[in-house]
Amino acid sequence: MILLSLPTVLWYLAFCYLPMFGIVMAFKRYRMVPGKGFLYSLFQGSKWVGLENFRFLFLNPQMGIAIRNTLLYNLCFLVLGTTLPVMLAVALSYVRSERLRTASQTAALLPHFLSWIIVSYFAFSFLSTDKGLLNSLLVRLGFDRVRWYQTANAWPWLLVIIHGWKGFGYSMVLYYSYISAIDPLLYDSAAIDGASVWQMIRYITLPQLRNVITVLVLLNLGHILSTDFGLFYQVTRNSGAILSATETIDVYVYKALMDQTNYGFSAAASLLQNGIGCLLLLGTDRLTRRFDSEGGVL
Amino acid sequence: MKKNEQKQVAEWRPNRIGAGTAILLNGFFIILSVLTVLPFLFVLIVSLSSEDSIAANGYSFFPTEWSLDAYRYLLQRIDYIGHSFLLSVALTLAGTLLSLILISTMAFVLSRRDFRFRKLYTALILIPMFFSGGLAASYVVNTQIFGLKNTFFALLLPGACSSWYILVMRTYFQQNIPTEILESAQIDGASVLRIFLQFVLPLSRPVLITVGLFEAFSYWNSWYYAMLYISPEHRELFPLQYVLYNLQKNVEFMSSNENISGAVIVNLPTETFRMAVVVLIVLPILVSYPFFRKAFLRGLTAGAVKK
Repeated sequence: MILLSLPTVLWYLAFCYLPMFGIVMAFKRYRMVPGKGFLYSLFQGSKWVGLENFRFLFLNPQMGIAIRNTLLYNLCFLVLGTTLPVMLAVALSYVRSERLRTASQTAALLPHFLSWIIVSYFAFSFLSTDKGLLNSLLVRLGFDRVRWYQTANAWPWLLVIIHGWKGFGYSMVLYYSYISAIDPLLYDSAAIDGASVWQMIRYITLPQLRNVITVLVLLNLGHILSTDFGLFYQVTRNSGAILSATETIDVYVYKALMDQTNYGFSAAASLLQNGIGCLLLLGTDRLTRRFDSEGGVL
Repeated sequence: MKKNEQKQVAEWRPNRIGAGTAILLNGFFIILSVLTVLPFLFVLIVSLSSEDSIAANGYSFFPTEWSLDAYRYLLQRIDYIGHSFLLSVALTLAGTLLSLILISTMAFVLSRRDFRFRKLYTALILIPMFFSGGLAASYVVNTQIFGLKNTFFALLLPGACSSWYILVMRTYFQQNIPTEILESAQIDGASVLRIFLQFVLPLSRPVLITVGLFEAFSYWNSWYYAMLYISPEHRELFPLQYVLYNLQKNVEFMSSNENISGAVIVNLPTETFRMAVVVLIVLPILVSYPFFRKAFLRGLTAGAVKK
């Protein structure tokens, strides 16, 4: 048994646990010592700077914006990404034609399997300033062209729409599969008692979904400070003019590392992101457990 | 599957919503589906438009002139695009196989209630779901300890395993493989490896296919590791997705390839060419998708089973 699982254990140690030592970088001014290994460079070669990386992080106005954006987008995604798919799934369960139900699920799920790079090209075909479909329509309607990739105000809307387009199908299909697993007898007996459609949704369907919704929301809360890097970096084409509306912590962490090669900074931002996410997850898990013995994920 | 279908039939609830509402609902879902799929069609049309028609009218659903120039150019540059295409295929195959090995073995071990280190192993895979060393740390470890920079392994290894799919598969093993079979095999003196290969894997084809497909798509779609670990000079290691990313900056990126002969290509179909590469990437997904749709849907539900 141990032998069989050895490769996976090694993988976890190498790619998940070894980097956790790197958290130390958040408290150091990391510098590579030529000819020495990573751990030597980290523990012996680099100077302790205490909380200095964090201090600079908080002094940096960009970081504040990134945190704000991350939180706002995630809250928005969480609320819309739960309510809309649940509503759609309930509606879908009332579509009579089985073929239409299957076709809707197939179509809705399709964008889920595209990479953000592909999505960024899809978006570009609509948003390009001189060739995009959206601007062609605007011109035809007598408006001026909009330079979308320079217009920060538009991006909260655009990102929510694009994120929704790519993600709603997955959640909808997921919730729908739970709805179709509900015992039909429940509905039949409710119908005999004269319950209306709305009452059935309110008192049968939604309560049956409550557990999975709680689990998914909790899992998402654990990642409240993490965003999909591809969405915010690729789809926006990393355009500088709209950063105030699109930069999130992940983009910031990436840029601090790759563009400025500031390891300490990047590590400090990651630690902040991870730590708070973990605490939130544990906290909310506790909380739901207190209110509801069946709830909770861990 | 049979059971599922029966449920769906039973779930058909006539008389509960009015005919008008039903039509409205149908219309709504038809429109929603069309809107969802529309961008796919749009990009395909753009890739088939002529460059002149785009210069005149922008991207459009109704180009004034159709053209296969983009695809002809694609064939001309087959040395480069073809290479990346094959690299992506190889990466997808190798990655899927590796992931399945890593995931299924761990899932099997965790599914055995008599395994001594079950708690420890569960913690081992759960913690990374919520906590990680962060990008900078992973980057330093992968480049400086493992020396993955500019190697094929940088694309293959870091994303190879997934705690989530381990949990999915473990649940499947626990629910679908009768312990009696395993126990009797054990009594007959079969080794753990043999039990795994001979009894567990053949009984688990559905979940293996589902997880394998998800992994295959994620490797086919991967670009992040290329962006992190492959330097611009190492074009031979660019997966197709990353080539497309670079095309965003300039199509000339390709012509700046030293191999290119002196022949200057007049009228480089820049706009349409990008979209043709998009089509080239999306096409395998579209072609295999309906074929495997059932496995996807099953995978979604499997993933949601609470442990």
